[in-house]
Amino acid sequence: MKQLITLRVNGIDEELYVEPWWTLSRVLREELDLIGTKEGCGSGDCGSCTVLIDGKAVMSCLYLAMKARGKNIMTIEGLNGENGALHPLQETFIEHFAVQCGYCVPGMIMTAKAMLDENPKPTEEEVRTGLSGNLCRCTGYVKIVEAVLSSAEKQGN
Amino acid sequence: MRFDYLEPHTIKEAVSLLSTYNGQAKVIAGGTDLMNLIRTKMIKPEYIVDIGHIAGLDYVKYGDKGALSIGALTTIRAIEMSAQLKERHPVVSQAAGQLGSMAIRNVGTIGGNLCNAAPCAETAPSLIGLGAALKIVGPAGERTVTLEDFFTGPGQTVLQRGELVVEIQVPSQPPHTRGVYLKHSVRGTEDLAIVGVAAIATLEGERCRNVKIVLGAVAPIPMRARNAEGKLEGKEIDDALIENAAQAASDESQPITDVRASADYRKEMVKVFTRQAIRGVVPTPMHRAFCGTG
Ligand SMILES: Cc1cc2nc3c(=O)[nH]c(=O)nc-3n(C[C@H](O)[C@H](O)[C@H](O)COP(=O)(O)OP(=O)(O)OC[C@H]3O[C@@H](n4cnc5c(N)ncnc54)[C@H](O)[C@@H]3O)c2cc1C
Ligand code: FES
Ligand code: FES
Repeated sequence: MKQLITLRVNGIDEELYVEPWWTLSRVLREELDLIGTKEGCGSGDCGSCTVLIDGKAVMSCLYLAMKARGKNIMTIEGLNGENGALHPLQETFIEHFAVQCGYCVPGMIMTAKAMLDENPKPTEEEVRTGLSGNLCRCTGYVKIVEAVLSSAEKQGN
Repeated sequence: MRFDYLEPHTIKEAVSLLSTYNGQAKVIAGGTDLMNLIRTKMIKPEYIVDIGHIAGLDYVKYGDKGALSIGALTTIRAIEMSAQLKERHPVVSQAAGQLGSMAIRNVGTIGGNLCNAAPCAETAPSLIGLGAALKIVGPAGERTVTLEDFFTGPGQTVLQRGELVVEIQVPSQPPHTRGVYLKHSVRGTEDLAIVGVAAIATLEGERCRNVKIVLGAVAPIPMRARNAEGKLEGKEIDDALIENAAQAASDESQPITDVRASADYRKEMVKVFTRQAIRGVVPTPMHRAFCGTG
C-alpha cells in the first residue's frame, strides 16, 4: 500500500505517495520528474544513478525511497555555482569535452562532487579510484579525469 | 519487487518483528546485497525489516585493554576511513577499502557484508584472522559466535530465525602483530574477488607466531588455510618456507569455476597472493639485509 512520505530533494520538501519497494532512483525520475539522474544497470555497478545523501555519494537504484526520509538528497538538478551559474564541475566537463552521449555524466559529476568535498586536492590516481564505480562507455575517461582535476584547481583558487 | 516495510527502532522490536513474521521477513541494513537479491527474484520476502533506524549500532570503539568492537550498522566506508582502525587494526580498514566503489561503501554495512555470507565477503578473512566474534541477539537472548564458526555455506550462516548480529568483537592483539589483506580481481575494488588472502602474524624477534592465513572466494565459506599456517608457525621465515606455505594454501583451497575465473586459475592465484601476503607481513632475511630490521 502506498504511503505518504516527505523527501527533502535539492532543498525542497516534497510530499508524495510511494510504494515501500520503490527505489530512490525510480521516485526521483518517475514521481518527481528529476530525470537528470539516470538508471543504467539497476544493480549498483555503473554509478549512473549516483546522488548525494547527506553529502555522500549513493547509488539511488539500490536505495529504498523509504530510507531517504529525513535526509538531504541532492541530484544533478540541485547542483549549481554562484548566482545560478554552472557549477565548476559542470563548466570543466564542458571545457574538457568530457561529455559524449552524456548518460554517465550526472553520476560522474555527483560522485566527483562528493569526492572533492572530502578531498579538495586529489591526485590523478585518487580521482581515478574515486570514480571507479562510475562507468562511461564513450569518453575513455581521460577527459573526465582531466575535467575533475581542473575543477579541483579552479575551486582551489 | 513487492513487500511491506517495517521500521523497528530498537533491537528488541526488530527481533520481535522477525519472530512474528516467521520466515517471511528479511532484515535490510544498507540493502546493497539484499536489493539485488530481491530485484533478481532470488528471494521474495513479504516483509522487509529495516534495522537502519535502530540507534547506537554504528560505532568503532576500543576498550581499556585494546579490544575492538564495531557496531553492525557501521558502514564499510566508516571502517575504511576510521583513524583509530588505521592506526590499531590497519588490516581491517585496508580490507574495507577494497570492497566495491565509494558509493557502495557509503551504504553497505559490516553486519551486512558478514551476514550476506558470500564466500568472497571482503571483510571476513582479516576478521577471522584476528579472531573476531559476533554478538548475536535473538528471541532466546544473546549469544556470541566466533566468525570462523559463523559461516556454514554460500549465503548461509548459523543465524536462527529472528536473530540479528549487533556487534563485531575483535580481541586485543599482542604487540608486533601485523596483517595484510590482498584482493585479486579483474576490475579493482569494483569487482568481486577472484581470490582474497589475509595474512596475520605476530613477530617475536625473528620468529613468527599466531600465524593466520585466511582465504576468500576459494571455498564455500571464507576458510583458514591451516596447513599453510602450520608451515610458518614459530619459525624464522625464509623464502623456502614462504613457498611451502603458499603451495600448501593452494593445495587446501577448494575453489569452483564460475564467471570470474576457473578453479585451476584460482588455485594458482591462491599461491601467488598467499606468497605476496606473507611477504607483506613477515620480513625475510633478504628483506632484512636490505631494509634494516623491517
Ligand atoms: C556494485 C556492488 C559491488 C560490490 N562489491 C563488493 C566487494 O567487492 N566485496 C564484497 O565483499 N561485497 C561487495 N558487494 C556486496 C555488498 O555491498 C556488501 O556485502 C555490503 O557490505 C552489504 O552490506 P549491506 O548493509 O548493504 O547489507 P544488506 O544488503 O542490507 O544485507 C545483506 C544480508 O545480510 C542480512 N543482514 C544485514 N545486516 C544484518 C544484521 N545486523 N543481522 C542479521 N542479518 C543482517 C540481510 O538480511 C541480508 O540477507 C558489492 C555490492 C554491489 C552492489
Ligand atoms: S543504475 Fe545504479 S549503479 Fe547502475
Ligand atoms: S559520455 Fe556516454 S557513457 Fe559517458
